[in-house]
Amino acid sequence: MGLHYQRRKLANYIALGVSVGSAVFGIVFLFWILKDVFTFGFAAINLDFFTQVPAPPGEAGGGMANAILGTLTITVLATAFGVPAGILAGTYLSEYGRKSKTAFVVRFVSDILVSAPSIVIGVFVYAIMVKPFGGFSALAGAVALAIIMLPVVVRTAEEMLKLVPDATREAALALGAPHWKVTVSVVYRGALRGIVTGIMLAVARVSGETAPLLFTSFNNSFWNFNLTEPTATLTVTIFNYAMGPYEDWHQMAWGAALLITAMVLLVTIISRIIVRGRAG
Amino acid sequence: MSENLNEKNGGPGIPASEANGYVSLSARRQSSGKLGDAVFKGVSYAFALSVIVLMALLFIVLVKESWLSIKAFGFSFIYTSVWDPVAQEFGALPSIYGTLVSSIIAIVIAVPISLGIAIFLTEMAPKRLKGPIGTAIELLASIPSIIYGMWGLFVFAPFLSEYVEPFLIDYLGFIPLFTGAPLGIGMLPAGFILAIMIIPFISSVSRDIFQMVPSILKESGYGVGATKWEVIRKIVLPYARSGVIGAVILGLGRALGETMAVTFLIGNAQEIKLSLLEPATSISATLANEFTEAVEDLYLSSLVELGLILFIITFIVLALAKLLISRFSYKGGQL
Repeated sequence: MGLHYQRRKLANYIALGVSVGSAVFGIVFLFWILKDVFTFGFAAINLDFFTQVPAPPGEAGGGMANAILGTLTITVLATAFGVPAGILAGTYLSEYGRKSKTAFVVRFVSDILVSAPSIVIGVFVYAIMVKPFGGFSALAGAVALAIIMLPVVVRTAEEMLKLVPDATREAALALGAPHWKVTVSVVYRGALRGIVTGIMLAVARVSGETAPLLFTSFNNSFWNFNLTEPTATLTVTIFNYAMGPYEDWHQMAWGAALLITAMVLLVTIISRIIVRGRAG
Repeated sequence: MSENLNEKNGGPGIPASEANGYVSLSARRQSSGKLGDAVFKGVSYAFALSVIVLMALLFIVLVKESWLSIKAFGFSFIYTSVWDPVAQEFGALPSIYGTLVSSIIAIVIAVPISLGIAIFLTEMAPKRLKGPIGTAIELLASIPSIIYGMWGLFVFAPFLSEYVEPFLIDYLGFIPLFTGAPLGIGMLPAGFILAIMIIPFISSVSRDIFQMVPSILKESGYGVGATKWEVIRKIVLPYARSGVIGAVILGLGRALGETMAVTFLIGNAQEIKLSLLEPATSISATLANEFTEAVEDLYLSSLVELGLILFIITFIVLALAKLLISRFSYKGGQL
């Protein structure tokens, strides 16, 4: 009896120890990766990094100003395409469709698209935009990112709109406001904070995407202000530089990695604080 | 309803003619409300449908673009392993094999650790630690995959080849899985990085599911004298089983489609080797490396067909995960 009890206790301690160890494992990798990105990245960042275009291969110096602009342009465009569409589709799910068959299918498809391989989206956009129109372009990159954003925004918008109580909708309807007006000026307003948070997270996520941009916006070593031309982005530049042979390039890649990581983490943490503020 | 309201606002002091004007304005406003409703509903419906259309288009375009390769190779595309752009001969087996094996390695490593984290967060962590640790684990998910790839190549691969792989070769080298040179890149390193990337997904979904286990069940376990581990193993895990399986499959879906981290670490060799330490390739890595270099139509078409295969595999896996998770959450009770 005593032995049996000892064994059960031992098994208990081992299992609990393993579970604590798992949590430690995850945290160790988080800090290990962040530590390296920050130390190597800071070493590479200087004023030139933000103001110069890349130096020719093998030459020292240069910066990533064009890639920074490219990432900003493509992300902003993608947001402009993806967010309104996503919010409207989410509105349909929460305000009109609800339990209809269409709504069920849209939810199912969105959930699958959220996790669909982003490189396949790149191939798709290559086939519909790059191949027929004869070249890589910032626009194609933006469309690819918008497609990745769309299902994320659809599901977040729906979840946030659903949090607005039906009684609020009924109160506004009872005052004689048409349904669309209730949605726009009552439901949207009530869900504003959640929707903005969701959009921020979606933007952060797509701004770190690389795979869908490889065959759409491609790359460019120079300034480009034309949306129909190949455009450099931070992430694709990291890919090319890190895979390249020069120590200099690796340095620059770490700098870009720091920029992207810091931005994504900042947005993620801020949006978490916003969400917590609402819960509290 | 709105008519009455507006008339009242118009008030009795207003001359009849003006009041009439007001009524017609209100009627117009009402009809514009109806029009607005129809337009708004129509537009939002159209955008909702666009999600379905997008999915259908994805399939259609991928099939159309890979038609050349489907016609040329038929089913042999899937089970032959020659990938020779010069001879224009393409077989997807090395890529498919690499995708599946690296994802399986990721799952084998990630599942126990993710469940451990979920158990830690729901059953063990003191309240003050729950939030920060949960957030830290989820931050792992927000790091872009290219950062994992780059870090893996420059930091983790040298670490593996210096400290871990020689050890594996010395002590486990009698198993054919662990033979070869300690390169630091290959199937195992790629699978390991994938594991770190999917841990946050599996653990946060499992945590949410564990939290749905009714506490009265757990309390009755403790009431008859069970230890914490016994409650977890015999009450929490069985109750949450289908949801946890869903979470694992969701993680698998993520791992299958992951591109950048794998491309950096898998070694990009179109071969099938038994040893997990040897360089290999995956569907996404092949696409990332070769797509922009493919000039011949057949080459490009074969690459698109690879993408199609990846899309179909992940579609099936993710649909399965979704069904398992949603069935669980219904049982858990929804509003």
